[in-house]
Amino acid sequence: MKYILLSILLIGAINSGVKAQDSGRKIPAVEIKSLDSSPFNTGDIQNDGKPIIISFWATWCSPCKRELNTIAEDYIDWQDETGVKLIAISIDDARNMQKVKPYVDGQSWDYEVYLDPNADFKRAMNVNNVPHTFLIDGEGNIVWQHNSYQPGDEDELYELVEKLASGESIN
Amino acid sequence: MKLTNLNLGLITLFSFATIIVSAQDGNLLDGVQIHGNFDLYAQQYNKDSIIGAPIVPEKSGVNAFTNLIATKGKFSAGVRLESYIPPVQGFDPRFGDETIGVPFRYASFKQDGLEITVGNFYEQFGNGMILRSYEERGLGLDNAFDGARVRYSPVKGLYVKGLIGNQRFYWQKSDGIVRAFDGEVQFNELISKWNESALRVSIGGSFVSKFQSGGTSSLDLPENVGGGAARFQMNYKDFSLMGEYAYKENDPTKSNHYIYKSGEGFFASATYSRRGFGINISAKSIDNMEFRSDREAGFNDLFINYLPALSRQHTYSLAATLYPYATQPNGEIGLQGDLIYKIKKGSKIGGKYGTTIQLNVSMINSHDREYYADQDPDAAVELLDQQVYITEDQSRKGYKANLFNIGNEVYYRDYNIEIDRKFNKKFKLKGTFAFQEYNIELIQNKASTNVLARIWVLEGLNKLSKKHSIRWEAQQLTTGQDQGDWVFGLIEYGYSPHWIVTVLNQYNYGNKNKDLRVNYPTAQVTYIHNANRLSLSYGRQRAGIFCVGGVCRNVPAANGITLAITSSF
Repeated sequence: MKYILLSILLIGAINSGVKAQDSGRKIPAVEIKSLDSSPFNTGDIQNDGKPIIISFWATWCSPCKRELNTIAEDYIDWQDETGVKLIAISIDDARNMQKVKPYVDGQSWDYEVYLDPNADFKRAMNVNNVPHTFLIDGEGNIVWQHNSYQPGDEDELYELVEKLASGESIN
Repeated sequence: MKLTNLNLGLITLFSFATIIVSAQDGNLLDGVQIHGNFDLYAQQYNKDSIIGAPIVPEKSGVNAFTNLIATKGKFSAGVRLESYIPPVQGFDPRFGDETIGVPFRYASFKQDGLEITVGNFYEQFGNGMILRSYEERGLGLDNAFDGARVRYSPVKGLYVKGLIGNQRFYWQKSDGIVRAFDGEVQFNELISKWNESALRVSIGGSFVSKFQSGGTSSLDLPENVGGGAARFQMNYKDFSLMGEYAYKENDPTKSNHYIYKSGEGFFASATYSRRGFGINISAKSIDNMEFRSDREAGFNDLFINYLPALSRQHTYSLAATLYPYATQPNGEIGLQGDLIYKIKKGSKIGGKYGTTIQLNVSMINSHDREYYADQDPDAAVELLDQQVYITEDQSRKGYKANLFNIGNEVYYRDYNIEIDRKFNKKFKLKGTFAFQEYNIELIQNKASTNVLARIWVLEGLNKLSKKHSIRWEAQQLTTGQDQGDWVFGLIEYGYSPHWIVTVLNQYNYGNKNKDLRVNYPTAQVTYIHNANRLSLSYGRQRAGIFCVGGVCRNVPAANGITLAITSSF
């Protein structure tokens, strides 16, 4: 128990220490795969100075699919109004990896989708479980993150995207 | 070989940090970023003999994890602290050998297409058929390497990787050493005039070798065992095709009854998809492909390769945790088809928002084998178990098999359909039906004929207002075998973005033993704030099988309070 308290304290300390520099945290450069299995470096993620949403999901994760299917309905409007780009990172491993592209096309998603079959990017981004969503500002800084999804969360996310698009700080 | 303790781990972290920092001029801490995550799962146990909950003398269990990663420019270093006081029920008790420690720490450097990692790391070659190390915390699975790895891309389109290391074995390391190499060519990147071609082609190949001393066994055991794999992938417009073949030299192990037979396997998959439609067909056959860095290892321990189940990964409780298929690495052959079709919105059948239909079929059987020892496979396996040399099998190869010879024994069948429709802005409905046939004798070691189960699920989502919603599930499983029929009901109230309240119950109403017709009620409250999530639940947990990929863990029945906290920073 002593150790748990210690770790919680340690984390708390780091957490509060890190908050100040959170605005400067960039997307780590990790080699993952495009849907055609060619390599993609996450350091190359960019959107011409507009906000980016990075969403970790999997074909076996129901709340993930609820979130991405809900956003898909309004995605054209989101793009028109703010220029935001959504990047969906599937953490499906070799068991389900081949089903990702049919699912993405079948649901007519217009997102950029990449495969992270051995969780390299997931680990580098410190994701515990999916769905986990990050918001990246125009300068490429990770400015917000959220774990899990329930209906209505997409409205909170979009309010933050609008703020970022109009140059406001969200911290 | 014992892993580093906490102090050593922390010293490592700080030395890494010092190395990182001192390698740079100017202000030492400038630009160093530390981030990580935290994950805690704790259970309190009450006595509950009717559901078969094991008696836990400590009355509680806690698994806790913290990852810390420090990065600066080309450098990164990290540690993971793990704590088990004692391990949560269902996790291997060997995790309890240490209450807290640092089983994972590394430092890495990246520049101009070269990446060097020393310490612990995860790696996957191709589909993982010959090598994959990974962590699946929920399964208590971590076969990380401890050693060194180099990844290098001399020119665009050419990728090579090499590694050496021992694997994690709870708080220890494997005796066996793994050495491995992988190369991949992406032709469209390598050859500039193919850059824009609609045809995209890549090939790859791996070589993996493990060394483990023969010890004092009376058998003449090969100490070095080699394996390899070759793969290709091609995409042309809406089509894609991929395949991988893997081979392993003879590798007598406890699990294959110490036979001196080589192993092989293949995986092939074809996909076609366009807007509103997608189809995937996959085939897999493996024989004697269990590849571990210790020939005595059992359970999910010390796997070098990864052989996922070729079946749908269900998410609804009754479909996912009662009869999930687990890969049979010693031999199986399977086929899976998966189809998704979205009926256009605005059409008569599709409705205002469109309707999505998903179909999935998977079929997995034994191989038709010819045993050297005896015509009766059970008798043959028994003889092999006793390590008896049989006159007909001087070479001790056990049996003859062909990857394409389908045997008569049904391991698994799953035919399922899912229909998903949004009726209006406030209401969505999803219906699922699955028929499963499950070889419970093979997979769960329970004497029974194959389980035939029919599963119905209806899930609704009512959006009450912008922030309030109700989600519900009604599930039924009917079967004449094993524990008989089940019903499951769930209601979840969501208040975005912070609160979720869930109430659920499962009832084994069809159990042949009337005393076991038990209810499993549970209530749960979850609070979410950004990347922090805390959930507290109380109730009965049904014994079941929790799987990720093709790998499963038995979750014992429990009665009590569960606390789960996750946080990322």
